[in-house]
Amino acid sequence: MHELAVTQSVLDIVLRHAKDAGAKRVTDIHIAIGELSTNVDDSVQFYWDIIAKGTIAEGAKLHFRRVPAELQCMACFEKYHPDDGELVCPKCGSVGAKIIAGEEFSLEAIDVEDQENS
Amino acid sequence: MTQRIPIVENILSANDRLAEENRARIESAGVFSVNLMASPGAGKTSIIEQTLSRLADKLRVAVVDGDIATSLDADRAAAAGAQASIQINTGGECHLDAVMLQGALNQLDLSKFDLLIVENVGNLVCPADFRLGTHKSVLIASTPEGDDKPYKYPGMYRGVDALVVNKIDLLPYLDFKMDYFQRGVEALNPGVVTFPVSCRTGEGLDAWTNWLAQNVKR
Ligand SMILES: Nc1nc2c(ncn2[C@@H]2O[C@H](COP(=O)(O)OP(=O)(O)OP(=O)(O)O)[C@@H](O)[C@H]2O)c(=O)[nH]1
Ligand SMILES: [Mg+2]
Ligand SMILES: [Zn+2]
Repeated sequence: MHELAVTQSVLDIVLRHAKDAGAKRVTDIHIAIGELSTNVDDSVQFYWDIIAKGTIAEGAKLHFRRVPAELQCMACFEKYHPDDGELVCPKCGSVGAKIIAGEEFSLEAIDVEDQENS
Repeated sequence: MTQRIPIVENILSANDRLAEENRARIESAGVFSVNLMASPGAGKTSIIEQTLSRLADKLRVAVVDGDIATSLDADRAAAAGAQASIQINTGGECHLDAVMLQGALNQLDLSKFDLLIVENVGNLVCPADFRLGTHKSVLIASTPEGDDKPYKYPGMYRGVDALVVNKIDLLPYLDFKMDYFQRGVEALNPGVVTFPVSCRTGEGLDAWTNWLAQNVKR
């Protein structure tokens, strides 16, 4: 059910920016999802096809850019990718890390047509 | 002509904005608020009952209960001494969001309370993504769930301000390795304040309720 709320939120943001840009149609939507972020996945496209019906973003294709997680050890500052369930620094073996990347869940860009039938 | 418009906007920003409104409202009424999150059956309602039995004569407590359907939990909170107990039926949603909490706040005269406890929907994934505007997020883990949960649900463990580990009375019967559990917690959320408790024996609950009481402004 979570996907529905998320999809609605994407639509609201898309329509707002499309309107500001004077777009006639939205063709593509680019979303960044961090590896550590929400569990929303490609099923959003399914919700999209229903929710966006009748708007200028109807039929738009959603593109997901997966952002890999990157952690930084708080002891030795080594940067590493957390492999399944392993939360230990591969260099010094200590636990405790700061997240540098992987939490994003944002709309990055939309592709729009600014004239009818272009 | 096709044209790309760069945006960079957090998808849950609408929820976050409303959460900030909720926070301002709770804050200006001088109420301290917590959002209790846990998997189904971890003991959220039991903790609320135990908290009320220890604090209800000292503090005025309101409870907001998020549930997919019934009002069973809100009824339990009322029976345990909550001065107000509001049920939010999420209509199938797997988490509370800031809009739902706002609806509940509309039914409360916040000036009449010291402490607001929100019981989120039982779920270890989604509630972490939806801020409500409460002062503190609290995760209630329970020992029968297993000691690997920090590793499997990092999003939940990472974002909380306090951790309650419930059902420690069951430790002798389980192969729950506290070291392994705490190592995962420490990696995700270094130094997070942790309360091992049992709602069955009462162990540890005073430390938890003292922490709540200390956070309530007078
Ligand atoms: N042994 C033991 N059982 C407990 C403890 N705390 C709660 N329980 C039991 O665990 C079960 C679930 O407790 P609840 O408080 O209803 O859990 P909840 O998290 O509110 O559940 P939902 O709202 O349905 O997600 C009940 O049968 C409780 O009696 C505890 O510390 N020890
Ligand atoms: Mg409950
Ligand atoms: Zn290191």
